[in-house]
Amino acid sequence: MAISEKMLDEILNKYPAKVKRNRKKHILVKDLGQDQQEIEANTRTIPGVITNRGCAFAGCKGVVLGPLKDMVHIVHGPIGCAYYSWLTRRNKAKTDDPKKNFLAYCVSTDMQESDIVFGGEKKLARMIDEVVEVFKPNAITISATCPVGLIGDDIQGVARAARDKHGLNITAYNCEGYKGVSQSAGHHIANNNLMEHIIGQGDLEEPPGRYTINILGEYNIGGDSWEVERVLSEIGYEIQVVMTGNGSYEKLKNAHVAQLNLVQCHRSINYIADMLETRYGTPWLKVNFIGIRGISESLRNMARYFGDEALIQRTEEVIERELAEIEPQLEPYRKICAGKTAFCFVGGSRGHHYQGLYEELGITTVLAGYEFAHRDDYEGREVLPHVKTDADSKNIPDLHVTPDERRYRLKIPVERMDELKKEIPLSNYNGMIEEMMEGSIVVDDLNHYETEEFIRILKPDIFSSGIKDKYIPQKMGIPTKQLHNYDYSGPYAGFRGAVNFARDVAMGFATPTWNFIEPPWKSKPLLEGTIEPCSTNKCAEEVGA
Amino acid sequence: MRQIAIYGKGGIGKSTTTQNTVAALAELGKKVLVVGCDPKADSTRLLLHGLNQKTVLDTLRDEGEDIDLEDIVRPGYGSSMCVESGGPEPGVGCAGRGIITSINMLESLGAYTPDLDYVFYDVLGDVVCGGFAMPIREGKAREIYIVASGEMMALYAANNISKGVMKFADSGGVRLGGIICNSRNVDNEYELLKAFAEEMGSQLIHFVPRDNIVQRAEINKKTVIDYDPTVPQADEYRNLARNIDGNDMFVIPKPMTQDRLEELLMTFGILDSL
Repeated sequence: MAISEKMLDEILNKYPAKVKRNRKKHILVKDLGQDQQEIEANTRTIPGVITNRGCAFAGCKGVVLGPLKDMVHIVHGPIGCAYYSWLTRRNKAKTDDPKKNFLAYCVSTDMQESDIVFGGEKKLARMIDEVVEVFKPNAITISATCPVGLIGDDIQGVARAARDKHGLNITAYNCEGYKGVSQSAGHHIANNNLMEHIIGQGDLEEPPGRYTINILGEYNIGGDSWEVERVLSEIGYEIQVVMTGNGSYEKLKNAHVAQLNLVQCHRSINYIADMLETRYGTPWLKVNFIGIRGISESLRNMARYFGDEALIQRTEEVIERELAEIEPQLEPYRKICAGKTAFCFVGGSRGHHYQGLYEELGITTVLAGYEFAHRDDYEGREVLPHVKTDADSKNIPDLHVTPDERRYRLKIPVERMDELKKEIPLSNYNGMIEEMMEGSIVVDDLNHYETEEFIRILKPDIFSSGIKDKYIPQKMGIPTKQLHNYDYSGPYAGFRGAVNFARDVAMGFATPTWNFIEPPWKSKPLLEGTIEPCSTNKCAEEVGA
Repeated sequence: MRQIAIYGKGGIGKSTTTQNTVAALAELGKKVLVVGCDPKADSTRLLLHGLNQKTVLDTLRDEGEDIDLEDIVRPGYGSSMCVESGGPEPGVGCAGRGIITSINMLESLGAYTPDLDYVFYDVLGDVVCGGFAMPIREGKAREIYIVASGEMMALYAANNISKGVMKFADSGGVRLGGIICNSRNVDNEYELLKAFAEEMGSQLIHFVPRDNIVQRAEINKKTVIDYDPTVPQADEYRNLARNIDGNDMFVIPKPMTQDRLEELLMTFGILDSL
């Protein structure tokens, strides 16, 4: 069932007028008749509505920095921020040296009252000394939580002093939770700092392989990156670094040698992608490794970029072989999934990426949206010049990089680049809306109330989102699938990942649990009895008595 | 036990006035505890004859939570007791939070004994943040006196502080006890301050004239009463102390709008001098 403007209005009419005006701009019904449909995004959540969004600290330490495995990530602040952001994103990592994988640790300065009163700089400096002594990591990051910003600890100064003292790359991130309107601000802060202080610090000058690439915006949730890397390696690509899933400081500092940067999650990492292009001349390609068509197309686009016949040939061979392996496995799941509908509300890229995979299983996405994305993630990068900056977005300064005189190289001739840009998403992203079906709904920063209302009207067969909202639909009898952390499953990316996803989703539909959703008293009487005919007088007597 | 907080513009003479008043109360046989709520920790210098205090927060930092009252409360002039809250050095940490911590610490250590007649909180400057409002939040200090003079900025500050008092009047039950004028020899100062206090629904509890003896006593690290109990200025502080002791006018202040305040200044200050 499609939603008409009138029905949309009915949902929004429950809001106060001002809130309604605001939320209306964040919701649209895909209309092929319109050239460019505008949506508002990356603005403040309305106080009082229940949102799924996180904070700048979550975006910086939790998303971008956290997966870097050979570094110790210090959380400077009271213990709660560290404890509750500990191991929650399922970004996996393996290291050759078992002593250089610090992902399982939770390291915090555990600020106490007296640190708030007198400042926490000394405690932080002591903590760095201790971390160096105990863990001997390859590098250290320091992420600030809210109170650090309020009392004004100079964490940059502490990091500088510690850098000199230990001769180690130690970086500080002023990603206090209150900065920005969502975790998106934290991504930007992390991007700026990684670019300024880590990327390019290595002394590698030449790419280690013939086709050397970086994968950006891939966080190895449930092992996604490993599945993608398996396929890429078989084709013949050399992966310099994954940012940041299973990534490492040692690899990241040499990211400048890649000949192409792949961008999976545009929202969280496009800043680095852009800056790498400016500084080293490395173009980026928007890829989508979720779903069979997504990964196949991405692999073909990569081969086209390098333009090597042998590589193109090898790519086709690998795709063919992989498809032959997975197609028979997918078939039984497709039978269960066919004709179903889904909601797909995730962070900043998966809301888009999973629609293709759903479609391949015969599931139609009727509503999709992003928690914290910006307008370009919905409408494509061509809107970038028209995006209004406000006080919140200005809060995070843009880092302006210039071409590196020694290392800047044009990777392919300008003319060829221009030609390729017409054919493949090279240094470009067209956004989610473009690929959506007529009549489907796009919602930015979907909240609790709207979730319930849209479910009531559209009755989706599966609701894919995150931990914060999954139990509401589940209690309404609708299967849910977390697409942030995959509910302890995965990988879902790549060819084999598609099979895992199909299996898990089909399992969600087919589980007998749903037979028990309706409580027995809704269908069976709790008391049994018969209705006796009686005379009016007798009944009246009984009542009177 | 009456708990009194003294507020006022920075540099107006809060600490000096508080300590001289406390000295006079001590002379009357009252048992008084003075709590300095200024990171500079100089609110009890005259009563203690020097800055020999170890502050609550310093002690807390050096010795942890396990501290004794004797470590932080020092006997001062008369039978007064003195505590300095202390705080971070300028530019680091959070002094406001420090005041909250130290007042809580004093409470849990049992500094507020039943034999006390008065507790005086000497709070720095304006009510800049929640920490400095601590003495008037949660009903710690029930009486506020604002030190002011006939100078414009002093009255602006006094007006702002009374906004803070009004804000906490319902929740904390705090009331304004009066305005203390610490004279700067401004034109029509007495009339202006009296009108100002009355407009706010309060009173000018005492007009302390300017006298260089205060400065001389301060250089000697003493209150006036301590330094020379025979001078007329000592009597002024005795009067102020008696007025506070006998005060029964506690109001929720009615702060003025900016326009009204300026009108008042025009009436008493500028018009007369024209």
